[in-house]
Amino acid sequence: MEAKLSFDTVHSDFVNKVEELSGQDLASCYQCGKCSAGCPIVEQAETLPNQVLRLVQLGQREEALQSKTIWLCASCYTCFARCPRGVDLSRVMEALRQMVLRSKIDHVKIPELSRKTIEELPPIALISNFRKFTG
Amino acid sequence: MKIHYYPGCTLKVTAPQFESSAVAAARAVGVEMLELTRWNCCGTVYSLASDDLIHQLAPIRNLIRVRNEKGNAVTTLCSMCFNTIKRAGLLVNEDAEKRGKINAFMDEEDDYEGGVEVVHLLEILRDKVGFETIREKVTNPLNELRASPYYGCLLLRPEEIGIDNAESPTVLEDLLECIGAEPVDSPFKTECCGSYQTVDKVDLVIEKTRDIISWAARNHAQCVVVSCPLCFFNLDRRQKDLAEREPGAVLLPVFYFTQLLALALGLEVDVCGFDKHVVDPLPLLSSKGFV
Repeated sequence: MEAKLSFDTVHSDFVNKVEELSGQDLASCYQCGKCSAGCPIVEQAETLPNQVLRLVQLGQREEALQSKTIWLCASCYTCFARCPRGVDLSRVMEALRQMVLRSKIDHVKIPELSRKTIEELPPIALISNFRKFTG
Repeated sequence: MKIHYYPGCTLKVTAPQFESSAVAAARAVGVEMLELTRWNCCGTVYSLASDDLIHQLAPIRNLIRVRNEKGNAVTTLCSMCFNTIKRAGLLVNEDAEKRGKINAFMDEEDDYEGGVEVVHLLEILRDKVGFETIREKVTNPLNELRASPYYGCLLLRPEEIGIDNAESPTVLEDLLECIGAEPVDSPFKTECCGSYQTVDKVDLVIEKTRDIISWAARNHAQCVVVSCPLCFFNLDRRQKDLAEREPGAVLLPVFYFTQLLALALGLEVDVCGFDKHVVDPLPLLSSKGFV
């Protein structure tokens, strides 16, 4: 991952907002990478979970919010169970998703799902998906 | 013993075999599960954003229903319901300000003062009934059934609500051993199946299913045992997708722990609902002489 830092791209208010929404102390993270090492979706992630957190630490709002990783996270809490600093990264991912969803951009477009898909899936799959991926 | 029971939506729609086998097996070991006369969807996932109190209402309303029926505890079968309701309960137990806001928002319900205990059926079987008691009641031991427990996420994590060690749980192994089966370890037993990604990222869930099933098979398991209806759907149904992509892939039947318990207790096979499975479990069960 490469990120160029400048006053134009650093948003310190973004850091505060993510801390508030997630309830996590982002400076606690010392980038050991244990979250990424154990993450079940890491093979699909272009930006590793610890890198998403690093982007937030550095106030890189656009890059963090555009990361596909926040939509791959399934809130399995493996990262939180293993974090030596007690950072609940799943809450940070949720905060980032919420910031996108609250700007009225849904990740899953419900009308585009086929009738067959909806009829076959268990209610918990649909409800949890819509809770996480729609505003 | 009697305990109030919160079923949740999925057990009434796509996973009736989980409920029927659980209620029958629990009764056979002396646990009467009393379904709440009124309940609502818990929301399925615990709300993780600190300002999002509105989504805590659904689980809290269910805890109020337990209180209304003079209960101090409620049991669930679905791991997602268990996780969501238990965490919401803990939140309001510990945070009086949030509890006050939630109570102020609700008009029709009584105020919730906290304190209802949320327990998973596995905890009742382990801690109240006792696995040794269950062992004595087994009439149809599942001898030589090599079964790989798959815990998934939400029974175990986060640690504050987990029913067992988050990294190295044994409750399913211990239960399987009591009913005569042979537990088979797998490195993927606590790794996420992809959960709700099964709606819009099917490929990801097929990959996770391949990992979980193939590692269980590599360790010579003949089936996988779960406690969550979403894990069940993903591991069972997505094996069909996997087989279409990769002819020759090893397929393993998936069971709810309650189905195997009901079988071992000698209950009517009808309570197990084996016709609801995508990967047919009957060839395995009949080859062993269990049905």
